[in-house]
Amino acid sequence: MPYKKTEQKFNGKIGVCEIGAGDAAISIGGEKTLPFLGGEGFKTAVGIAITDSPEDWEGCFAAVYGDDMKDPAAFAKAAVEKSGADFVLVKLASADPNGADNSVENCVATAAAVEAAVNVPVVIEGCKNAEKDAKLLEAVAKTLEGKNVVLFSAVEDNYKTIGAAGGMAYGQKVSAESAVDINLAKQLNILLTQLGVKPQDIVMDVGSAAAGYGFEYVASTMDRIRLAGLGQNDDSLQMPIMTDVSNDSWGVKEAVFTEAEAPEWGSQENRGIGMEIATASACVIGGSNAIIVRHPESAKTIKSMVAGLLG
Amino acid sequence: MAVKGLDIFKLTPKSNCKECGFPTCMAFSMKAATGAVPIEKCPYISEESKAILSEATAPPMKTIKVGNGDAERTLGGETVLFRHEKTLVNKNLFAVELSDAQSDADVDAAFAKLAKVNYDRIGEMMFVEVVAVRFAADQAKFVALVKKVADAGKIPMIVTTDAEVAKAAVAVAGAKAIIMGATKDNAAAMVDVAKAADAVLGVSADSIEALHDLVESIEKLGYKNLVLNVGETSIKEAFTNAVDIRTAAIKGDDRTFGYPSVVFTNKLAPGDTNMQIALASAFLLRYGSIIVMEEMDFNAALPLFGLRQNIFTDPQKPMRVEPKVYEFNKPTGKDPVLVTVDFALSYFVVAGEIDRSKVPAYLAIPDAGGYSVLTAWAAGKFGSNVIANFIKENNVADLTTSRKLVLPGKVAVLQGDLAELLPEWEVVVGPTEAMQIPKFLKDLQA
Ligand code: B12
Ligand code: SF4
Repeated sequence: MPYKKTEQKFNGKIGVCEIGAGDAAISIGGEKTLPFLGGEGFKTAVGIAITDSPEDWEGCFAAVYGDDMKDPAAFAKAAVEKSGADFVLVKLASADPNGADNSVENCVATAAAVEAAVNVPVVIEGCKNAEKDAKLLEAVAKTLEGKNVVLFSAVEDNYKTIGAAGGMAYGQKVSAESAVDINLAKQLNILLTQLGVKPQDIVMDVGSAAAGYGFEYVASTMDRIRLAGLGQNDDSLQMPIMTDVSNDSWGVKEAVFTEAEAPEWGSQENRGIGMEIATASACVIGGSNAIIVRHPESAKTIKSMVAGLLG
Repeated sequence: MAVKGLDIFKLTPKSNCKECGFPTCMAFSMKAATGAVPIEKCPYISEESKAILSEATAPPMKTIKVGNGDAERTLGGETVLFRHEKTLVNKNLFAVELSDAQSDADVDAAFAKLAKVNYDRIGEMMFVEVVAVRFAADQAKFVALVKKVADAGKIPMIVTTDAEVAKAAVAVAGAKAIIMGATKDNAAAMVDVAKAADAVLGVSADSIEALHDLVESIEKLGYKNLVLNVGETSIKEAFTNAVDIRTAAIKGDDRTFGYPSVVFTNKLAPGDTNMQIALASAFLLRYGSIIVMEEMDFNAALPLFGLRQNIFTDPQKPMRVEPKVYEFNKPTGKDPVLVTVDFALSYFVVAGEIDRSKVPAYLAIPDAGGYSVLTAWAAGKFGSNVIANFIKENNVADLTTSRKLVLPGKVAVLQGDLAELLPEWEVVVGPTEAMQIPKFLKDLQA
C-alpha cells in the first residue's frame, strides 16, 4: 500500500503574542500543530540574556564582551549585534534583597537604558524574590509604558501586582512562571485572566532544567501543555511559551568546572555552549516559542536550527 | 495493536468442533484475542491466516537488535509517542562517522577519542555505541577499518551502496552489524548480503513515499531486520520524516514504518559541531534511534548523554536511592556528616564530589520522597523535622565524634530550626552547588 500520512488532527491553536513596539515588534506563537510540523510558518524567537551583575558569569563572557559588560546598555547592544538575537532579556539580579539589594530606581534606570539602546523587543527579569520583583516589575512597567516589554515573570505570590500593573495599567506583557507542572501553569494563567489580564498579553514560563538535570519533567510538561492546548483546545494553556535556559545551563558542573578542575573535558566555553544548545534545542522542540540563551554562539546555532526546521 | 475476538472468529471454520478445548469457536476466539490461549490450538485456522493474525497482534514498532556480545543494544519497540503516555523503552544510540578516505593519523585520533569519552554517570557508563564507516574508494582499507571498529567493541555501521563492498565488510563486522544500505537500485542484492550475514539493513530513499515503497518491497523479499534513514538533504525534511514515520507506526497502524530510524546530523550540518549538538538533542526527543555525528567530544557528550538518561526514564518510577547513612573515603568515627535527599541524581552528583574531595565523611539521606533538594523542601519532605528525626532515629551521633552537620546550601533557611532541634550539633550551611563540596570539605577539615 502506498504511504498515507497519519495526520494528528488538532482543533486548538496557540495564541499569538506581540512583544516590543513599532519597528522592533515581533510576534510569537500562532501554531496549530506540534512544533515545526505545520505549514503556517510560525517562528520560534531566540533571545539573548544580559545581566546587571556580570561578575556572576563565567569568565568566557568577559572575553566575548570585554568592558561592554560593565554597562548594561552597551552590553545589550553588543549582545544583540554579536548574536543576531530576535530580542534581549535583561536580568536585574542586583535587586536581590539577599544580595546587592540595589534600589528599584536604579534597576528601573538600567531597564530603561537597555530598552533605549536596542531596537529589538526587551524582556525584563527581576531577581526572583517575589516581593521585590513585584515592586520592581511594577515600576518597570510604568516607566516603559508603550514599549510593550515582557515582565519576566509573575509567580503565584506576586501575580496580582505584576498582572495589574503590567498587563492592565501600563499595557505590557506578563510572563506567568510555574515550576514544571501543567496544573500549576494552568492555574496561574487562570488567575491572571480572572484578574483581568487578556490572554494575548500573557506568555508562559513553564520552567526549565539543564539537560541531564531533571529535564524529563520539562519535556513531559511541555508535551502535555501543547497537547492540551492543541488537542483539547484548552484555552487556559494556549499562551506561547517563553523559556530561559541560560541560568540552568551555565549553572551545572559541566559548564562551571574550569579546565584546571576537569582537564579531560576540554574547553569550558565549548562545554557551556554545548549544555546551553542541547537544553535550548530540547525546549524548542518541546514547544517553546521564545527561547533565551546566554552565549551569542548558542543564539546563532538555535536561530539557524529554527530556520532549518522551517525550511 | 489489539486484535479483536471477532477478527479471529472470522478466521475459524465456525464449526464448533471443540478440539481446541473450548465449547465454541467464538469462545475460543475471545480467549485467543486476550493472548491467554495460542492461536495454534485451533488446527483449522490456515497458516496464512495465522500469519495475518501474528502481524495484527505484533507490537506497532519492531524491536531490532544491533551489535553482539557486550555491544548488543535494542532499538525500537516503542508503543507511545510521548514519554508521559507510558514510557519510552529503548534509548537512542549515538554514533560517530569515519571513512577510508581519512588518514591513519585521523583514524587513530578518532579511536583515542572514543576510548576517552567513556565515563560513569549515575551508575551508567556513557560512550558512543555505534561507529559508522563510510566507503569512499579503497575497499581493503574500508574493510580493515570496519574490522577495527568491531574489534574495539563498537557496533559497526557499514555505509555503502555497493553490495560487494558491503559483503566484504560485513564478513569482518560480527553479527548484527548495520549495513547502510539499501536503495531502490540495489535492494535485492543488499537483502541477500544482509540476510546471509544476519545484519541489520538500513534503508534510504529520496522521499518518504519512496521509502515506504522500498520498505514494502524489501519486506516482500523476506527481510524485516531494518532501520530507516530519515533523510540527509534538509533539516526540515529529516525532522518531519522522523516524526511522520513514527506517528504512522504508532498511531496509524502502518507496520511498514514500524522500524527504528537513523539520523545523520553530520550530513545535515557538516562541519558545524554546535548545530549537530542542537540536532542531536532535537532528534533525541523526536524519534531518532541512531544519531550519527561527526565526532563526540565532551562538549557534546556531557549534555547529550545526560539528556538521554533523563528522557528514557520511566515516568512512573522516580529514580531514588535508599534512605540511610552512607560512608565515603573510609571515615574513622570522627568525620563530618553531610545531608542530602534520596533523589538518585542529587545523590550521585553529591557522592561523586565527596569522593573527589578525598575527605572522609558521612552522608545522611532521609526519606525525602525521591525529590531534589529544593523540590523536596518545597513539597514539605525535607524540612528541619525530617532531618532531625532521621539523625536521631539512626543514632548518627554514635557513628562519629564530629558534631558538624552540613546542609545543602539551597536549604540554608533550615539552619536555625535545625540547630534548635539538634542542640548537640553544629549545623553548617554548605555550598549551593555540589561541585564546591571538595573545597568546602577541605576548608572544613583545616
Ligand atoms: C524537576 C523538578 C521537579 C520535578 C521533581 C524532580 C525530582 N525528582 O526532584 C517535579 C515536576 C515533580 C517537581 C515538583 C515540584 N517542584 Co520542582 N523543580 C524541578 C527542577 C526543574 C529541577 C530539580 C532537579 O532535578 N535538580 C537537580 C538536582 C541534582 O539538584 P539538587 O537536588 O538541588 O542538588 C544540587 C545541589 O543542591 C547540591 N546538593 C545536593 N545535596 C547536597 C548536599 C550538600 C551537603 C551540599 C553541600 C550540596 C548539595 O548538589 C546538586 C548539584 O549541584 C527545579 C528547577 C531547577 N531548574 O532547578 C524545580 C524546583 C526545585 N521545583 C520547585 C517547586 C516549587 C516544586 C513544587 C512544590 C511545585 C508543584 N509542582 O507543586 C513541586 C513539589 C513536589 C510535589 N509533588 O509536591 C521550585 C522550588 C522553589 C523554591 N525555591 O523553593 C523549583 C526551584 C522551581 C522554581 N524555580 O520554582 N519539580
Ligand atoms: S478448534 Fe477451531 S474450529 Fe474447533 S471449536 Fe475450536 S476454534 Fe472452532
